[in-house]
Amino acid sequence: MTPRSADLRVEGVSKRFGEVVALEDVSLDIASGELLTILGPSGSGKTTLLKVVAGFERPDAGSVRVDGADITSLPPARRDIGMVFQNYALFPHLSVAANVAFSLEMRGVARAEIGRRVGEAVALVELAGYEQRLPRQLSGGQQQRVALARAIVFNPRLLLLDEPFGALDRKLRETMQLEVRRLQRRLGLTTIFITHDQEEALVLSDRIAVMSRGTIQQVATTTETYEHPANDFVADFVGESNVVHGVTADGGSVVLEGGRHLRVGKSLEAGRKVGVLMRPERFDGGANFFSGKVTEAVYLGSAFKLRLACDDGLELIVRQPARGALPAVGTAMTVGIDPDSIHVF
Amino acid sequence: MSSSRGAGALAALPALVLLLCVFLFPVARMLGYSVETGTLDWYAKALGEGLYLQVFWNTFWIALLVTFFCLLLGYPLGFLLATTTPGWATAGFIFVLLPLWTSILVRTYAWMVLLGRSGVLNGLLIKAGLISGPLPLLYNVTGVVIGMVHVLLPYMVLPVYGAVRRVDPAIVAAAEGLGATSTRIFRRIYLPLTLNGIFAGAVIVFVLSLGFFITPALLGGGKVMMIAVLIEQEVHETLNWPFASALAAVLLVATLAVYAAAQRFVRPQEQQP
Repeated sequence: MTPRSADLRVEGVSKRFGEVVALEDVSLDIASGELLTILGPSGSGKTTLLKVVAGFERPDAGSVRVDGADITSLPPARRDIGMVFQNYALFPHLSVAANVAFSLEMRGVARAEIGRRVGEAVALVELAGYEQRLPRQLSGGQQQRVALARAIVFNPRLLLLDEPFGALDRKLRETMQLEVRRLQRRLGLTTIFITHDQEEALVLSDRIAVMSRGTIQQVATTTETYEHPANDFVADFVGESNVVHGVTADGGSVVLEGGRHLRVGKSLEAGRKVGVLMRPERFDGGANFFSGKVTEAVYLGSAFKLRLACDDGLELIVRQPARGALPAVGTAMTVGIDPDSIHVF
Repeated sequence: MSSSRGAGALAALPALVLLLCVFLFPVARMLGYSVETGTLDWYAKALGEGLYLQVFWNTFWIALLVTFFCLLLGYPLGFLLATTTPGWATAGFIFVLLPLWTSILVRTYAWMVLLGRSGVLNGLLIKAGLISGPLPLLYNVTGVVIGMVHVLLPYMVLPVYGAVRRVDPAIVAAAEGLGATSTRIFRRIYLPLTLNGIFAGAVIVFVLSLGFFITPALLGGGKVMMIAVLIEQEVHETLNWPFASALAAVLLVATLAVYAAAQRFVRPQEQQP
C-alpha cells in the first residue's frame, strides 16, 4: 500500500443546529502522518467536527482544506477520506472481501487489482482466511478490523475514526488501540481519532485536541496535555486531578482561596488569578505540606487512592504506591508535593 | 411460566373457537360439497376444460400484472416515505392509508366514474387534445388492473417502507464515504437490503389479487373473468355449488402453494440484522 497522506487544515468552522451551537469558530492543523485525537465529553461537538471533515455536515462558516485544496463543499464520495464508524457500519449483506472491495469497485479499479489490494488489506488487519464470511459471522473485534481494512484499502488521504472501540471489552480495546497505532505509523496515514476516553487519547495520540461545548480548549502533545493543561476543563477532564484556585504572590508562590501559601516552581507576576493543578500521584514529598485525615481509602492493586481532608478545609486526592497496609479511614497523614510538580495556569 | 402460558391459551380460546366455527368448519363443508358425488369429477372439470383453465390463467396473469404495477409504483413511494422528513412522511402516509379506510365498493364505483367512455379521464384527455376518441379503460383488463393496483398499493408500500427504515443510516453514509454515487448506493445497498420487503409486499399483493372479487366484477363488467367472479356466478346463477366448491378448493391450494414457495425464498435472508 502506497501512502499518500495529506495535511489537514480546519479554519474557523462553525455549525449550529437550530439554537444549539455545535461548533464555534474551530480551527485545527494536522500535519501529514500525524495522529490527532479529538477528546471531549458527549455533546462537545467532536462528532460534528468529524462529520464536517468527512463531508456529512456542511459548516455554516469556515473551511476545510486538504493539502491546501478547499474541500468544504465537496460531497463525501469525492473526498478520498477513509472512515471507521462507531458501530462499524459494515455492509451486512456483503462478505468481508466485498466490504473491503467496495471503495475500489466504486473507483473502477480493475478486477485483478481489486483482488490483490483486498488481499493485502485483509492481511494487514490479520483477517486472512475470513474473506468469505459475512459480518454477522465475525466477533466485534474482527468486525472492527474489517472496518479498518475497508477504510484504508483505497489509500485515503485521511483516516477518520469515530469512537471505534466503544463496543469492545477492555482487553480487546487495548489490543486494538496499539494495533491501530502501529498500522497508522506504518502507513504514515494522517489520522483523526475521536474519543471521550482520556486514557485512550493518551495511549494513541501524537497530539490531543480537547473539546468542550463546541470549542477547542487546548491542542497539545499528550504529555503537554497531561502535565500542562490550559484551563480547568482540560485539567479536570484529562486524568485525575486536584484543581484549586488562588492569586499569585511575589517570589513564586500562590495564595489559595483558603489562605494557604503554596510554593510553585516558577515565579509569576503578582496579583493574577490562577488555577493550580496537583496530580494525585505527585504527592511524593517536597516543599509543600498538607496535613489532614484520610476520609476514603481505595486499594487499586498497584496503588492506594486516598481522599485527604486537610485541616484548613482543602480536599485532596492522593495516590501512593501500594506498600504495606491500606491506611484506615480517620488516620492522620501528612503528604508533600514539590513546587516543580505543581502546574499553574 | 407454565401457568402464564396456560392463562394465555385460555385467553386465546374464544378466538380459536371463533376461527373454528367461521373458518375451518365452512372450509371443510366446502371441500365436502366438491366431492359430494364421491368422485373427483368436479375437479376434473375445473382443471380439465379449456374454458376454466383459461379463467385460472387469466387470474394469475392479472395478479401478476397487478403485482408488477404495485411494485413499480409502490417501491419508489415506500422508499420516499422512509427517507423523507417526518412531516412529509406523515402527509404521505395519510394519502397511502386513506384508501384503506374507505369502502372498497365506493372506491371501485369512483373508478367507474373516472374510467368510463365519457368518464372524467377520457374527457380530460380529449379536451387536452391528446387523444381523438375515448380510450377503452373500463370493462376490460386495463380497468381491472388499474382498480386493483389502487386498492392493493398500500400492501406494497408498507413492507417496502418498513424495509427501507430498517437500513442503518450509518451504512448509507459509509457507502457514500467510500465513493458511491446515489445510484450505486441504491443498487448496492438499499436494493439488496430491502429485497425482503419487496418480496413480502409482492407476495401479499399477488395472493390478495388471486381471490379478488368486487373490483374485477365491477370494473370488468362481466367481460374479465377471474376465478372469484366465476365462483360467484356458479353459486348465484347456475347454482352449481359442488363445482363452485371445487373451483374454490383449487384457488385455496394455489394460494397456499404461492405462500409455501414464498416462504422458501424469504427464509435464508431472515437472519439479517
